Amino acid sequence: MKKFQSTCIASALTCGFAFTTPLSAAEFEVTGFVEPELQVFPNRGNVAGQKQFNSSVALEVTAELFWDNGDQFIVFKPFARLDQNDDNRTHADIRELKYTYVNGDWEFRVGIDKVFWGVTEVAHLVDIINQTDQVESLDGEEKLGQPMISVSTVQDFGIFDFYLLPYFRERTFQSRGGRPAFDIPVDESQTMYGSKDKRRNLDFATRYSNTFEDWDVGIAYFQGTGRDPVFIPGLDSGGNPVLIPLYPQIKQASIDIQATMDGWLYKFEGFWRRELGEERIQATGGIEYTFYQIFDTANDLGIVAEYIWDDRGANNANAFANDAVAGLRWTANDEASTALLLASVVDLDTQAASISLEAERRFGDDYFVSLEARIFENVPRSDLLFSFSDDDFVQLRVARYF
Amino acid sequence: MTRFSIPDANPIVRLTVNLKEENQPMRKNALNLHNLALAWIIAAMLVIVPVGFSTAIAEELAGLDTLPGADDPAARGLAIAKETERRDLGFGNTSANMRMILTNAYGETSERELRNLVLEITEENEGDWSLIVFDKPRDVDGTALLSYAHILDPDDQWMYLPAVKRVKRISSVNKSGPFMGSEFAFEDFSSQEVGKYSYNWLRDEACGERMCHVTERAPLYEYSGYTRQIAWTDTTDYQPRKIEYYDRKDQLLKTLTLTDYRLYEGKYWRAHDLFMENHQTGKNTRLVWSDFVFQAGLTESDFTTNALKRAR
Repeated sequence: MKKFQSTCIASALTCGFAFTTPLSAAEFEVTGFVEPELQVFPNRGNVAGQKQFNSSVALEVTAELFWDNGDQFIVFKPFARLDQNDDNRTHADIRELKYTYVNGDWEFRVGIDKVFWGVTEVAHLVDIINQTDQVESLDGEEKLGQPMISVSTVQDFGIFDFYLLPYFRERTFQSRGGRPAFDIPVDESQTMYGSKDKRRNLDFATRYSNTFEDWDVGIAYFQGTGRDPVFIPGLDSGGNPVLIPLYPQIKQASIDIQATMDGWLYKFEGFWRRELGEERIQATGGIEYTFYQIFDTANDLGIVAEYIWDDRGANNANAFANDAVAGLRWTANDEASTALLLASVVDLDTQAASISLEAERRFGDDYFVSLEARIFENVPRSDLLFSFSDDDFVQLRVARYF
Repeated sequence: MTRFSIPDANPIVRLTVNLKEENQPMRKNALNLHNLALAWIIAAMLVIVPVGFSTAIAEELAGLDTLPGADDPAARGLAIAKETERRDLGFGNTSANMRMILTNAYGETSERELRNLVLEITEENEGDWSLIVFDKPRDVDGTALLSYAHILDPDDQWMYLPAVKRVKRISSVNKSGPFMGSEFAFEDFSSQEVGKYSYNWLRDEACGERMCHVTERAPLYEYSGYTRQIAWTDTTDYQPRKIEYYDRKDQLLKTLTLTDYRLYEGKYWRAHDLFMENHQTGKNTRLVWSDFVFQAGLTESDFTTNALKRAR
């Protein structure tokens, strides 16, 4: 990909400095955002120390250096959040620090990076390379940077990706006073591993993907430390009950398929996993349809319906074992990119429901505001989400991009 | 703006056709003389570079291409579109920067910046490939759109969302919706293949300092947002100068004015200023192209979902 110097000139701010020979063709760019956040929890928390108001601020910077006509580049993307009440949520992470070399149909990467696999909107079952940064968001889409060596090649018969993952990242969890959080806190000081090498186990992943006309298909295999912890009840040094995360060794084969037919999207993803001597299957799938330019206006209205399934049935390790998802997405297609997403996930066994509303728009050229409200309804004590049932919240984020 | 890909004939065939139709009207004597002189020079060079002859002369004589008469407006309209397409044949691949200035009914403006890479696909019945990377607004920095254009079927499109590192295959049937909140729809500046429309020549008339063929064209693809368009194509370079868009109710919706044409590689015209005015909302969008590079060294591997992820 070529990027032209003029882009750099136009955005003089982002061009801190220019390189001279021998890197005369190199480009350096720094971008990022600062994002203050305010959270309101209407209900009093049932854990001591939980507050009803919380404020925090996040900062993400992306520094990119490209040379060799864009065939070689280094990206450094640090992230940090400072949180008023939750010490675990005050955290920093290197989202990316990678060197990439592209040679025709081949791409080599070494360093820390983020990779996404999958097609569905709510449950991301086959997405396994990166660990979830759960203190950032409950939706599982915020991830921690993953150290890797990766090779990818595009051939006539598809795309092949290979990953060596030499270091494991633990999932982040809210601290005792954080929200939304488990009522019994997760004790990360007692984290256990299935591998004797603990977090230094060498994990391996590979994926084949291709497009067959309207069909996009991916098949993947992963072997190594599972990203989803198994919780073991235990006690901390003070004798208080805690949840101890265990990261077992797993083998997982997965498939993700999307068919795109006119306005309809049909999606399926699922995996077979061998973990702690057991084999199991999880799958999710559904449809997405968009009504474009409704009532002869610029507005689009999309509907999403998905189903999430776990072959273990209702269980205390996975909240989404027999769940239905219904969503509405409204996009105004205006200058401000105004959009609204209403989504509900209902457990068909317990009728527990999680409903979320996300609204977002741009203000001016550099401000982006997002408002999120999430409520948990009708959650029985037996449901894994019960801990969250007192943690309904409204969250406002105002990002200033630079 | 206009990119075309279907080859209509090889240069030799075109040369014969051109010579055969010499006695038709609609040509310029000055150009003729110029061609004659050039033909002699080329003939002289023939001894040294025999291969260059047929191609070069064919290209020079192309300006004399003649059209079916006014008694067959459909054929004449189609021939105009084909000639426009032929003039762009062989551009190979391009990269360019685009700035969009959106003005709402109150005169408030906002801007978008993006880069556009195009790969010419010469295969019959297929459109070009393109990769659009957004720079501004900054919250969409790095978002990229990969399109394999088809003539009558919906394009194949993938969107890359950098925040979640996700490549999403998206439905492309909404080509007529606002592109990035602007007055342009994706179909307004995507690959303008001849086969996307049926044509009907209306008249020839002055358009500014030039003469233009005025042609009505009706989109043949199912999901177009328009019933018809009226295009003013100049009679010298065969480039669109103005296009009127009629909505699904056949009301005049928008007018596009294309100016600041510049010539690349001695044969490819590109408009650098495209002004789209929406008559129904009072909004307008100016689209300014810059930094056109032809033969930018792009290949198919620059238009894969892998390339989409590292596009910048």
